[in-house]
Amino acid sequence: LPWQSDDLRNLSLSGHVGFDSLPDQLVNKSTSQGFCFNILCVGETGIGKSTLMDTLFNTKFESEPATHNEPGVRLKARSYELQESNVRLKLTIVDTVGFGDQINKDDSYKPIVEYIDAQFEAYLQEELKIKRSLFNYHDTRIHACLYFIAPTGHSLKSLDLVTMKKLDSKVNIIPIIAKADTIAKNELHKFKSKIMSELVSNGVQIYQFPTDEETVAEINATMSVHLPFAVVGSTEEVKIGNKMAKARQYPWGVVQVENENHCDFVKLREMLIRVNMEDLREQTHTRHYELYRRCKLEEMGFKDTDPDSKPFSLQETYEAKRNEFLGELQKKEDEMRQMFVMRVKEKEAELKEAEKDLHEKFDHLKRTHQEEKKKVEDKKKELEEELNNFQKKKAAAQLLQSQAQQAGSQQTKKDKDKKK
Amino acid sequence: GQSGLGKSTMVNTLFKSKVSRKATQPGREERIPKTVQLQSVTHVIEEKGVKMKLTVTDTPGFGDQINNENCWDPIIKYINEQYERYLREEILITRKRKIPDTRVHGCVYFVPPTGHWLRPLDLEFMRRLSKIVNVVPVIAKADTLTLEERAEFKQRIQRDLKAHAISVYPQEDFDEDPDDRALNDRIREENPVHRGGGGKGNGKRVLGRKTKWGIIEVENPMHCEFPMLRDLLIRSHLQDLKDITHNVHYESYRVRRLNES
Repeated sequence: LPWQSDDLRNLSLSGHVGFDSLPDQLVNKSTSQGFCFNILCVGETGIGKSTLMDTLFNTKFESEPATHNEPGVRLKARSYELQESNVRLKLTIVDTVGFGDQINKDDSYKPIVEYIDAQFEAYLQEELKIKRSLFNYHDTRIHACLYFIAPTGHSLKSLDLVTMKKLDSKVNIIPIIAKADTIAKNELHKFKSKIMSELVSNGVQIYQFPTDEETVAEINATMSVHLPFAVVGSTEEVKIGNKMAKARQYPWGVVQVENENHCDFVKLREMLIRVNMEDLREQTHTRHYELYRRCKLEEMGFKDTDPDSKPFSLQETYEAKRNEFLGELQKKEDEMRQMFVMRVKEKEAELKEAEKDLHEKFDHLKRTHQEEKKKVEDKKKELEEELNNFQKKKAAAQLLQSQAQQAGSQQTKKDKDKKK
Repeated sequence: GQSGLGKSTMVNTLFKSKVSRKATQPGREERIPKTVQLQSVTHVIEEKGVKMKLTVTDTPGFGDQINNENCWDPIIKYINEQYERYLREEILITRKRKIPDTRVHGCVYFVPPTGHWLRPLDLEFMRRLSKIVNVVPVIAKADTLTLEERAEFKQRIQRDLKAHAISVYPQEDFDEDPDDRALNDRIREENPVHRGGGGKGNGKRVLGRKTKWGIIEVENPMHCEFPMLRDLLIRSHLQDLKDITHNVHYESYRVRRLNES
């Protein structure tokens, strides 16, 4: 570019400028905004997920234990606002309810994968929007997945392997051995090695604690040796010596949660919360989310380079797709409109026909009625005429009869007279 | 800002090093370019373990012509080009882990110390640019104004800006802290420094300009407001400048760009 000079030399400062306050400025800004962290707990019902969460965050998240008769796996997410010093944390805990309870567990992993993808999708949608607000977007993407392994002491179950394999490219998996107080110390060591070697031989990528930054490299390296962490959770306090400590009391002794000789709870808390929380969030965004985004966009047909190597092809393809969709929508609308108009016309014609029929019928009826009326009138006239004639005849007949009678009586009178 | 207002000197004073090469060659004849040409230099500076990649862009030739119409166009073009670069990287399918950020986080505009009002060129420039970048107006060479003249000039400038609805950094809408806002509601003034001209005031060396009538100390808040500018740009609001560039200016560029295609 004509206006850029290419030297990137190191400049030495002759006095205090003050930009060493940048980290503080960043911290202040971040603290005022608050942080958010989302954990997914995958494990069988009753394995201790809720108790562990309560123990980790030193609080009681309200939750009733789930039953074992769930027809399938479903995910239940709950958000909490926590505060420590002046740092606010929006914590979301997602639970897999019903995991491992069904007889047929073929599809058990599916709801989990769908949930994780749905969170990525929501973020992607926001990112692709024209008017977006990413800086105050409530990030629901899963930052860490705690996979609870049942303390059988032998090896991983096939359900575990299948599920972890499906999740390892989508989320940071941290496998932990639950209810570790049921395994003896020597068995635990063998169990851990078996688990790790099975994970490696099956190519399951679990979360690697980062060792590239000097401040955390050492602690992460030493902790990684103890993976997977064997944890015990408890919110009940038992008196140990002269202090109260979180523990589980058995007739044969007390298992102390925060005693590193008893279990790895402290290590898990260090790694998950105190050391690597930020790295977990970053990995989720820069690795898992980017992978999802890349796959999704490629699936939708976008490419970075066209055969004609047009830049900005994402935008153009997006526009083209959008226009295509709008065109189809328009076509469908037109079709529907045409159909509607046609139907209306048909109905109209039908109605007109019916009307015509009715008119005809009416006319016909009218005519018939008039004819009938005429007939009746004619008949009436006839009848009257007949009646008249009859009356005349009758009158004539009566007259004749009376004449005849008179004549007769006259005749008899005459006869009488004659006789005399 | 126009030539001769002390832009390079200010940058060198701000970062206490020879950032701008022009100032290191005082004898060179200054050639006024015919069109505004932007020149960027990038350096890496480090302080107490904090590393910073600093890019300073200069605009020689701005406002120097007789007819200065549209002299802000190359600047607007440059700023938009940086946004474009970032946008292209952001929409790639396979994108880099850290997108290289060449966007302009802050634009310091040098107002000549006339003492009257803002000139049409100043208003035009600030009006257009405050929409796409954080603009920090600065009264240059303030040692030519007395304190009263300064105060009056400032007030007039602020009135002018308000009358023309020009919102310079720090923008009022983004001020969350009311104390912050009181502090920010002033235009900074600044005094360029002649390096090596450190006079002896009270027996110790200070950064300043030595004149026959006295020594103007750069870091003395009674003399000039350079410390305030430095604090604003570096010590307290550096992150804020970057955040507003990213969350506001870049986003509105993106909206415009995506809407137009």
